[in-house]
Amino acid sequence: MSRGSKRPTLSRRAFLKGGLAAAGLVAGAGTANAALTPGDDHLATLIDISRCIGCGECVAACREANRSEYPQPKKPFPKMYPPRAKVADWSDKQAVDDRLTPYNWLYIQQATITVAGEERDLTIPRRCMHCVNPPCVKLCPWGSAKQLENGISRIDSEICLGGSKCNKVCPWDIPQRQTGVGLYLDLLPNFAGNGVMYKCHRCHARVAAGELPACIEACPEDVQTIGPRREIIAAAHELAKAVGGYVYGEAENGGTNTLYVSPVPFETLREAIETGPGQPDLQPVKDTMAQANQLISAMVMAPIAGAAAAIGKFYAATRSSQEEG
Amino acid sequence: MSVPPPITKLFTRHTLYRALLFLCALTGFGQMPIYKRYYLADIPGFGWLADFYVTRFVHYLGAALLLGLLAYTVADYLMRRRSIGSPSWSAWVRSALLATIVTSGIFFVAKNLAGAYFPPTAIIVGNLLHLGAVMGLLAVSSYCLLFGKGWTSDPGIHKPKRV
Ligand code: HEM
Ligand code: SF4
Ligand code: SF4
Ligand code: SF4
Repeated sequence: MSRGSKRPTLSRRAFLKGGLAAAGLVAGAGTANAALTPGDDHLATLIDISRCIGCGECVAACREANRSEYPQPKKPFPKMYPPRAKVADWSDKQAVDDRLTPYNWLYIQQATITVAGEERDLTIPRRCMHCVNPPCVKLCPWGSAKQLENGISRIDSEICLGGSKCNKVCPWDIPQRQTGVGLYLDLLPNFAGNGVMYKCHRCHARVAAGELPACIEACPEDVQTIGPRREIIAAAHELAKAVGGYVYGEAENGGTNTLYVSPVPFETLREAIETGPGQPDLQPVKDTMAQANQLISAMVMAPIAGAAAAIGKFYAATRSSQEEG
Repeated sequence: MSVPPPITKLFTRHTLYRALLFLCALTGFGQMPIYKRYYLADIPGFGWLADFYVTRFVHYLGAALLLGLLAYTVADYLMRRRSIGSPSWSAWVRSALLATIVTSGIFFVAKNLAGAYFPPTAIIVGNLLHLGAVMGLLAVSSYCLLFGKGWTSDPGIHKPKRV
C-alpha cells in the first residue's frame, strides 16, 4: 500500500466510509451556492486505474444492486418492419461480462502496456461517463432519457421506445438495447421502436438516499472516489501529478462526471484496449453538443435582422414616395 | 398558378418560406431515428440524414433563417397592414401553428444547453406540440397550395406589389 501515501488529500472517509450523506452531498445539500459553470453542482467520480486489480467485485455488485431493473422480454418478439430493424436480444446471454449489455452496465476492460520498461496489466472499469451535457439525454426525441441535477443521466425504462438514438449519439457506445420490452409493445411494435435502452444510472436511488453507488461501495481497492465535480477534478490532477499520470474525462465531450487517471498516456492505453460494440474507446472527444449550440447567436440575430430589414424597406419606400410627391 | 411565373418570381419570399419549411421538416423528422430504418438515408446524397449531429445543425440553421424570415414578414405586415389587407382564415391557422412550432422549438434549443434540466413531462409535451403543429402546418399548407388559398383575404391585394 505504499502508493496509498500518494493518494490525493480528498477526504476518503467523508466520501467513502460515511457515505454521501455524511459528505453533505445528498440532493440539494451540495448545491446551495449556485453553479458558476454547468457541472459545478454535479457529482463526479474519480477512477484510479492503477489501483484496480480487476477482481470484478464492482461488476458483481452492480448486477446485484440493479438486477430487479433488468429487462424481462416477452417472447416471441413482434415481427418488425422493414427487415432492417434487427432484434437485440441479450436475455439468453445475461452472463456476458466482457462488454456492456442490457444486463451488464459495467465491465472491466483489459490492457497490457509497458510502464518504465516493465510489462503491466491494467484493468479499467467501464460504464457510462455521465457527461456534463449528455447528448443521450438532450437528443432523446422522446424525453425518456433524463439528467438529474446532480449530473446523473438515466433512461426511464417505462417511457423508452428503444430507437437507440442515445446509443448513436453517445461517443462511447454506452446505452444497450433489449428488444421485446417496454412501451413500444403497446404502440406500433411492428413499425416503430425496438425495446428499451439500458445503461448505468449511477445508482440514482442509492445516491438520493445518501448511499454510495454499489460498485464504489463493493470495491476492495477503493478505486473509485465520488464527490463534487470541482473537487474530483482537483483530486484527479493532484493524483496525476503525484504519480506522473494522465487524466481523461475532464474535457472529453465538453466534460464528463467520470475522471480516469492512468499511469500511461491515454493514446497508449487506447491502443492496448479492445474496442467495439459495447466496448468503449478512450479516444479524444470534442464537445458534441456545442456544434449546433453555436448557432444560437444566429437564431437571436436572424429575427432582429429580419425585422430591421422590413423597417428599413418601409422607411425607404415612404421616403421615395414622398420625394415622388 | 395557371400562368407560368417568370424566373425572378422563383426567388420570392414565398419560395424561400417553402424551401425553409421543407428543410426544417426534413431535418426535424431526422431528429427521430427513422430515416435509417426506412432506408431513406440509403438514397445517394441523403446519407447525411442518418447523422443526428448533422441534421440537428442544419435544423438549427434552417430555424434561424426561418425566424429571420418570419420576423421580416411580421414587421413588414404590421407596418403596411393597410395596404396589404387583413389575414385570411388560413393565415390565422398557419400563424398559430407557426407560433406553436417556434415556441416549442425555442424551448428545445434552451433544453439542449448545458445545465438546463426540464422535467421529462415538459419535454414530452413540447415534443407533441412541436411535432403536432408541424404535421398540422404541413397539412394546412398543402391544402392551401392545392386550392390556391393565400395569406390575405383579398386575393387581389395578395398579388406581389412592387415595393
Ligand atoms: C423555427 C424554429 C424552430 C426551432 C428553434 C426548432 C428546434 C427544434 C429542435 C431543437 C428539435 C430537436 C428536438 C429535441 O431536442 O428534443 C426539433 C425537432 C423537430 N423539429 Fe423543429 N424547430 C423549429 C422549426 C421547425 C419547423 C418549421 C419544422 C417543420 C416544418 C420543424 C420540425 C421538427 C420535427 C419534425 C422535429 C422532430 C420531432 C420532435 O423531436 O419533436 N421544426 N426542432
Ligand atoms: S457517456 Fe454516453 S450514455 Fe453516458 S451520459 Fe455521456 S452520452 Fe450519455
Ligand atoms: S454506479 Fe450503479 S449502475 Fe452504475 S456501474 Fe456502478 S453499480 Fe452499476
Ligand atoms: S472492484 Fe475495484 S478493484 Fe475490483 S475490478 Fe472493480 S474497480 Fe477494479
